[in-house]
Amino acid sequence: MHIDVILAAPIVFVSIMATASMVLDALKTKENGKTIFLFSIYVLMATFLLSALTFSPSSHFGLVALLSKFGLAPAPETLHVSGMLTVFNGMVGVGGYGCFFDMIFTLGGIMTILAARPFLESEKLEHSEFYTLILFAVAGMMLISHATNMLTLFIGIEVMSVTFYILSGYTRTNEKAVESSLKYFLLGAFATGFLVYGIALIYGATGSMDYATIASATHGDIRFPTLLLVGIGLMIVGLSFKTALFPFHQWAPDVYSGAPTVVTAFMSTAGKAAALAAFMPIIMVSLPAAMSYDGSNKIQMMLAVISALTMLIGNISALVQKDVKRMLAFSSVAHAGYLLMGLVAANPEGRNGIMFYSASYLFMQIGSFIILSVLERSGQTNHSLESFNGLSKKYPILAALMSIFMFSLAGIPPFAGFFGKYYLFTAAIHADFTWLTIVAVVSSIISVYFYIGLIVNMYFKESQEQEHESQPGLAAISLVLSTAGIIILGLLPSVVLSIAQASFGNH
Amino acid sequence: MIDSYIPLIIMVSVGFLFGLSNIVLAQFLGPRKNKTKVKLEPYECGIEPTTSARERFSIKFYMTAMLFILFDIEIVFMYPWAIQFKELGMVGFIAMNLFMILLFAGFIYVIKKGALQWR
Repeated sequence: MHIDVILAAPIVFVSIMATASMVLDALKTKENGKTIFLFSIYVLMATFLLSALTFSPSSHFGLVALLSKFGLAPAPETLHVSGMLTVFNGMVGVGGYGCFFDMIFTLGGIMTILAARPFLESEKLEHSEFYTLILFAVAGMMLISHATNMLTLFIGIEVMSVTFYILSGYTRTNEKAVESSLKYFLLGAFATGFLVYGIALIYGATGSMDYATIASATHGDIRFPTLLLVGIGLMIVGLSFKTALFPFHQWAPDVYSGAPTVVTAFMSTAGKAAALAAFMPIIMVSLPAAMSYDGSNKIQMMLAVISALTMLIGNISALVQKDVKRMLAFSSVAHAGYLLMGLVAANPEGRNGIMFYSASYLFMQIGSFIILSVLERSGQTNHSLESFNGLSKKYPILAALMSIFMFSLAGIPPFAGFFGKYYLFTAAIHADFTWLTIVAVVSSIISVYFYIGLIVNMYFKESQEQEHESQPGLAAISLVLSTAGIIILGLLPSVVLSIAQASFGNH
Repeated sequence: MIDSYIPLIIMVSVGFLFGLSNIVLAQFLGPRKNKTKVKLEPYECGIEPTTSARERFSIKFYMTAMLFILFDIEIVFMYPWAIQFKELGMVGFIAMNLFMILLFAGFIYVIKKGALQWR
């Protein structure tokens, strides 16, 4: 019990602190947005540190080794690292994989909170609940990435989704935000039904909700193969909704463009990474046998078709958008399609590709949404493409940063987006999905048109307005962080890739 | 495999037949009165309804109802724990305390934010 808490320290810590921030807010009588803002920043930074320290639990630099020096924990050598290390009766997996995603989520949370503060202040909406909800969302996502049991997964997905429903309607006098919140809630609740039904059928077919037990059950003689296949199908429907994949992506553009921009930044990046963190163990760890059931690879083929259609539909829809926020929303749908290629490939390269791309996607997408949010506060209230004309004259720095994000999203070499796509595409080729790679390349080329189109608008179109002073405030820190992230991931991709590789060391 | 489902099937069919038989028997055994407008009103011997019942209620009712469910469920969880108290031992005690502390934290928040003030 005691060692369990130490090993699962990141989740335990962030959950307790999220609750504590709620109580802290209640105990003080006056409005205390600033206190909770600082509190949540420190909590997320500490969680990042804890995730890094529990990354490989049995190493000599980890949290266990640190605490054992003071006699607070057993020596790290005594931990059993054969197979995946789980705690709390096999409900939560620790180390590696989960911790990699934890770091992505916490970074996303920190950047969002930093960018949100000036926005909330200018809207006179700074209530401490915003920060508390972000903390709860991060806790839910971490539960998803650490889940080794379908019940843990389900609780994580619900904690994350419910906070997103609230956050997307946070500016509650804004009609569009309320619409997006209600739409997201109704459709999200419906999709959860599919997910639970899928879990129930998989439980019925294999007799367990534990990932490892399901895996061993599917390797043997499956008693009700049809039940299992239907269960997997329903689970894929539920998770596709959360990831915004093709037939279930309809909600994404409306919700993403209606919600407050800082919230969209968080939902479309960390939320998507969390949904993929849920997808990966289910498809790759628990169900590899089911995937090639009777040798026909039905599920793999289905995922490949979903992936191809998601990319095409996302990019083609983004092509005709007149509103930049909506265009980015559609492009985030398309990027979910690229990410799914790693799952289709179902090989270690695909796995590492997804993890690398999730990290780089976080930086570039969050960065571009934060720029939109900064522009909103500087007086550019609509996000139409024309309003970006001559932005390089008005706000030279913002325009330059936006160009970096756009180049990276389009996948142009020195930036992170290129290497992410490169790893995913090679993974798909090695898994004999050349046709999928061709579709992916074609849709990336389509996407270049509107990403570069925005840069053309910013740099080569004239506008009458003079240079303005932008007011990024704390959002500047997030912008610096995301730009640094893109450039570091782009210049030293092997470092992050080896971390992703190492995260499967004890699996 | 199927054998173990037989009691379930019997129970479902008994329940179904019981409900069906009540409806059918009421038609035969019940007194047959003429159905006038007054007879079909929701409250035959009360005040006549003035407006439609489909109107907006104050959010306060929902807050109270929601909080009631929360603490109602807490009590429901405490019964099985109380019965298994000795078997679960210290671990169960700590887990239950954690659960109650979490709910209590929510309770403090709710009270301080004035969700239970009936203004």
